[in-house]
Amino acid sequence: MSSIPIEYYLILSTFMFIVGVIGVLIRRNAIVVFMCIELMLNSANLALVTFSSYLGNPAGQVFVFFVMTVAAAEAAVGLAIIIAIFRNKMTVNIDEINIFKW
Amino acid sequence: MINYIYLAVIFPLIGFLINGLFGRKIKNEIIIGTIGSSTVGLAFIISFGAFLQTLSLPVDQRANTVELFTWLSANGLNIKFAYLVDQLSLTMSLIVTGVGFLIHVYSIGYMHGDKGFWRFFAYLNLFIFAMMNLVLGDNFVVLFLGWEGVGLCSYLLIGFWYDKKFEKGTTADAAKKAFIVNRIGDFGFLLGIFLIYLTFDSLNFNEVFSKAQSLSINETTFSLIALFLFIGATGKSAQIPLYVWLPDAMAGPTPVSALIHAATMVTAGVYMVSRASILFASAPSIMMLIAVIGLLTALFAASIGLVQNDIKKVLAYSTISQLGYMFLAAGVGAFSASIFHVMTHAFFKALLFLGAGSVIHGMHEEQNIQNYGGLKKYMPKTYATFLIAALAISGFPGLSGFFSKDEILWYAYANGGFIFWLIGALTAMLTAFYVFRLFSLTFLGEERFDHHKVHPHESPSVMTIPLIILAVLSVIGGYVGIPEIFSGENGNLFEKWLAPVYEPAEQKIMHYGFHTHFQEILLMTISVILALSAIYFALYVYTKNKNIAENISLRFRKFYNLLLNKYYVDEIYDAAIVKPIVTGSEKVLWKFTDSFIIDGIVNGVAKIIAIISESIRKIQTGIAQLYAFIIVAGIAAVLLWIIFTL
Repeated sequence: MSSIPIEYYLILSTFMFIVGVIGVLIRRNAIVVFMCIELMLNSANLALVTFSSYLGNPAGQVFVFFVMTVAAAEAAVGLAIIIAIFRNKMTVNIDEINIFKW
Repeated sequence: MINYIYLAVIFPLIGFLINGLFGRKIKNEIIIGTIGSSTVGLAFIISFGAFLQTLSLPVDQRANTVELFTWLSANGLNIKFAYLVDQLSLTMSLIVTGVGFLIHVYSIGYMHGDKGFWRFFAYLNLFIFAMMNLVLGDNFVVLFLGWEGVGLCSYLLIGFWYDKKFEKGTTADAAKKAFIVNRIGDFGFLLGIFLIYLTFDSLNFNEVFSKAQSLSINETTFSLIALFLFIGATGKSAQIPLYVWLPDAMAGPTPVSALIHAATMVTAGVYMVSRASILFASAPSIMMLIAVIGLLTALFAASIGLVQNDIKKVLAYSTISQLGYMFLAAGVGAFSASIFHVMTHAFFKALLFLGAGSVIHGMHEEQNIQNYGGLKKYMPKTYATFLIAALAISGFPGLSGFFSKDEILWYAYANGGFIFWLIGALTAMLTAFYVFRLFSLTFLGEERFDHHKVHPHESPSVMTIPLIILAVLSVIGGYVGIPEIFSGENGNLFEKWLAPVYEPAEQKIMHYGFHTHFQEILLMTISVILALSAIYFALYVYTKNKNIAENISLRFRKFYNLLLNKYYVDEIYDAAIVKPIVTGSEKVLWKFTDSFIIDGIVNGVAKIIAIISESIRKIQTGIAQLYAFIIVAGIAAVLLWIIFTL
């Protein structure tokens, strides 16, 4: 374990996060956008676990459990919202559900 | 009774409230008229009781104050609602309630069948209430309350038939004119009151007048106070330059013209000058101004009266002219003579107006004297009483007008000078002429009305009885003020009665030289001869030989037209004052300031915001991903900034 340098983990984490951000910004399918948000959360989890291991402080790993719990709850609510929108509009294309503006 | 004098003020107020609040429900004219008249009658009885009680007191205790309550109390300014019961205020309140009562009774007949009957009596009672406050008030504030109150009632009553046509507009226009012109005078009056408070630190009559005697105050201050007060008086009492409202005030019902615009309200200015005599006596230059204005007004208005054809217009100019006499008397320091003339004038002018009302009533609202003629046999009572009034105003020896007018002319000569007397006597001659022109065109000569349309008839006795009472008063009213040359030392009861009020002023007025009884009798004889010849001439011209009048008017065509058009004063005021104000208000204040600048700023601000938001609102696309992108870009920018700066 210790032979792999910390930079590798952090670069992977950063890469995952950027993929997630770009996915949120450019994809039109709400499900995909939603999965990208999960990806960003997991990249943050990876960074937390990495630092926890390197610094020998378990607090980071405890924090990850909290994040996973919240992510699970958020996934349930988010998917419910998407289903509700789909039932109303028969689409999950974000471009067609710009209801912020009348 | 002196302590209950406030009842004389409250009764008319009660009458006003009953008729004003419930008159529409009561409907019955007899009840409304009785309430309206009896409250004024009660006020007269109370005033008369107070008069008798005052008469029984020793001379130095005749001025009593009746305090009701503290009205205003603010940091040194302490105004009590109090009435001053003295010789002058009692004289005035007897005139107001006495003549007022007769005119109320007369109105029951005159206003019969009018749809605003109850409103009319409510206004009349309100007027008496205000007028009583004016004459009885113990300080300038109560006086001013009454002053404004009578102005309001005058407005309401001139415009009583608010939808009736009058000259170029409606009676409401005449009412507005009266109100606005009066406001100009009132503004001067207010300034005078402020200056009095500034100078004497009080507004109570007794305090102000005793301080005016004792304190050493320079003459300029006195002159300013007197000038401002006199401006107020010119408005209310229709003197040059503010007389223009009075002829138009004839738009109101005739009893109103008799009560307000002849007998009582218009004399308020004379009363005020007379009340504040010490302030005026301390300002000789203003006294001179008052005398000159009075004299000019008297002559000016009398000359207009010569050619007018509306019966009420002639009487209106006559009123202005007689008011000029009163101011002439006040201006030469003969305050009691001016109040004496107020009294006799109230009798005979009220009688003239009521007689005119009776004629108008009998002639179906016709007011042009050229369409009258020969009414003597149709209206014998009106004819007889009108004749007495006409003789009285002309100064026929033995009638009331003779005594008061003669006293004024004599003081004008003694204190003013020969020229004052001469113009005064000339005016008296013109007065006699125009009144008898009116008289002969109305009652004598051939009948010039259309017999098929107009059936002249005598008025009911509810109207003629007040005429008869006023006629009696016009005859005997003068005998309380018989000049001393006939009655001996202290024989002039009226003057003796009022003398204590004017004592402080008397001490300040300069009396010129010594005049003999012979001069007085000579001047009196001359003025009587002038008046009698004018009467004869008028009767001759307008009954026997009408060609003379036409020849004269043709010969002096220009002057005749000048008089007929009242010297174009209304037109001049219109062009010089009214038009510029109206155009200025419209063009500058309304179209430019209000519509352009103020509305422009308000609408401009709204418009600018609308334009800016129009362009900014495009940022709000409603696309969630764009918002997210902007958030990410912002975070990235902040991160970059942190990385490169730290």
